[in-house]
Amino acid sequence: MGIKQKTSDLQRRMRDALMGGGEQAIEKQKSIGKLTARERIIALLDPKSFHEYDLFVEHAAKDFDMDKKYLPGDGVITGTGTLSGHPVCIYAQDFTVAGGSLGWMHAKKITKIMDHAMKLKVPIIGINDSGGARIQEGVNSLAGYGEIFYRNTQSSGVIPQISVILGPCAGGAVYSPALTDFVFVVENISKMFITGPEVIKTVLGEEITMEELGGARVHSEITGNAHFFAISEEQCFDQIKDLVSYIPWNNMKKAERFPKKAPKTREYKIENILPTDPRKPYDVRHVIKSIADNSDFLEVQELFAANIVIGFGRINGDTVGFVANQPLVLAGVLDVDSSDKAARFIRYCDAFNIPLVTLVDLPGYLPGIDQEHAGVIRHGAKVLYAYSEATVPKITVIMRKAYGGGYIAMCSNHLRADFVFAWPTAEIAVMGPEGAANIIFRKEIMTAENPDEMRKQKVEEYKTKFANPYVAAAYGYVDAVIEPAETRRMLMHSLEISKDKIVEVPMKKHGIPPF
Amino acid sequence: MKKEKTEIEENPYSELTIDSIDYQTLLTRKYTEKKPYKPKNPCMLMAFIPGTMTDVFVVKGQEVKEGETLAILEAMKMLNEIKAPFDTKVKEVYVAAGDRVIKNHVVIELEEI
Repeated sequence: MGIKQKTSDLQRRMRDALMGGGEQAIEKQKSIGKLTARERIIALLDPKSFHEYDLFVEHAAKDFDMDKKYLPGDGVITGTGTLSGHPVCIYAQDFTVAGGSLGWMHAKKITKIMDHAMKLKVPIIGINDSGGARIQEGVNSLAGYGEIFYRNTQSSGVIPQISVILGPCAGGAVYSPALTDFVFVVENISKMFITGPEVIKTVLGEEITMEELGGARVHSEITGNAHFFAISEEQCFDQIKDLVSYIPWNNMKKAERFPKKAPKTREYKIENILPTDPRKPYDVRHVIKSIADNSDFLEVQELFAANIVIGFGRINGDTVGFVANQPLVLAGVLDVDSSDKAARFIRYCDAFNIPLVTLVDLPGYLPGIDQEHAGVIRHGAKVLYAYSEATVPKITVIMRKAYGGGYIAMCSNHLRADFVFAWPTAEIAVMGPEGAANIIFRKEIMTAENPDEMRKQKVEEYKTKFANPYVAAAYGYVDAVIEPAETRRMLMHSLEISKDKIVEVPMKKHGIPPF
Repeated sequence: MKKEKTEIEENPYSELTIDSIDYQTLLTRKYTEKKPYKPKNPCMLMAFIPGTMTDVFVVKGQEVKEGETLAILEAMKMLNEIKAPFDTKVKEVYVAAGDRVIKNHVVIELEEI
């Protein structure tokens, strides 16, 4: 054979492999609003930047007549490309080939590209669309999952790991996304669960649809397994592009610097957001937008535990991670879910050199038997742990209420915030005035002729004396009491001067966080 | 943004009391759907998992000793033993061998001591 023939032979082989599961399977995939695996990669990455490897990998299974089957690329597509001009490694499971089932060679392709990402110190993006383990390959398929999970863990905190769930992701397969930094889901397309509706029906007799059990909305709102919720694959890819603009390419780098832009102060006027009555709600995201460059804010886990708001913005062109109590939802309390949500985000920011800006306005912890029994002690402890452990610049702004344990937890001076600012509306106290007055003046109230009148009087007394920022400021726990309008200027300055912050941490293998 | 504004106009706030202060706020689906706490009754022996009663060893009125196996509940490929938590008498048996039971189905009721 001459070179021409050999080249045409290569082209024929490529054509065959690129057809994936064939026309029928592709048609089926598209009929439910899904792109094919290769189309997804191309839609996500920069135009013409995708380069595919291991196209000719074939499965090596012999049992159950598998040796007679040809599975193009063994059901997964791997390669490298660029996102906003920066290199990334990527893989996408191809549902049209044997349902995207994971066999040994399929897993080998994934682990190979994961190893590349770690060597090159670039993000790894995994697009999941798979029926699960390839049962015919038995324990080798389990081995494949295990190899992926191990790498997910080793890469954690070194390179960004992004999981995109664009189809089923069931059984053991769910643990790869769960170990990665960010999980993206799409309504009606993503399905994640350990045991599916069929098993639940036969074992438990309970009936539930896939969407209700482990659909995109469930994982975005109830379980907290997902971080970004989209209604189409296209919107999902836009969210990924948006996210990567805020994060550094690995843990030795800082996020890319963007040109500084002023917030849209006409839309978000910081002085007018806070109601004077501390019992009244407002949307803390407006405060974030009144501070952030161009009022841009990328919220993470928007639907889950909405009583705390987390996400990325920029101040003076540099990425910061915002953590803010949300008085609009559950009065902004800390509870099991919001503690988990905040703590993990704090650790993410710390691992990837992203300074933390904490906005405080919370009444404390959510009371309830369900909360206590769900372990609010150990979950709440995660916030303390994460803030104390974080060595990135930490700036705190106390806007209104900061009572009791909540005050300590929300990156107080005591957990080594670099700067704590308080607005004149701040109320920093051991507990809310009503509760405190009831305890301190119990005798006076009980023995008074008119207990209700006395209680009111004592609450007022406590309020004027302690429900302000000046007691904490007198001890130096607050570095400056500032007018709300000064917030952005103070943040810009404090972030600028904290840039080269170094904290000495004691030698240890790792801590034992209250997971 | 669009959504938040309409929500505020409809004034959907509920009251949430923390430290004797009533806050105006939105409640989450998880919060409103939570089940009220019910204390456990140790006399009611329930199926802790759905499954099949493969054996029932006791009858109404029978005296039982603490730790005695009263019935077998097969579930998740395991033969789970349902045991007496203290010395007492069987007040009522609600299942027979071969019955399929759902989670929290009362299997045996014991006399209070």
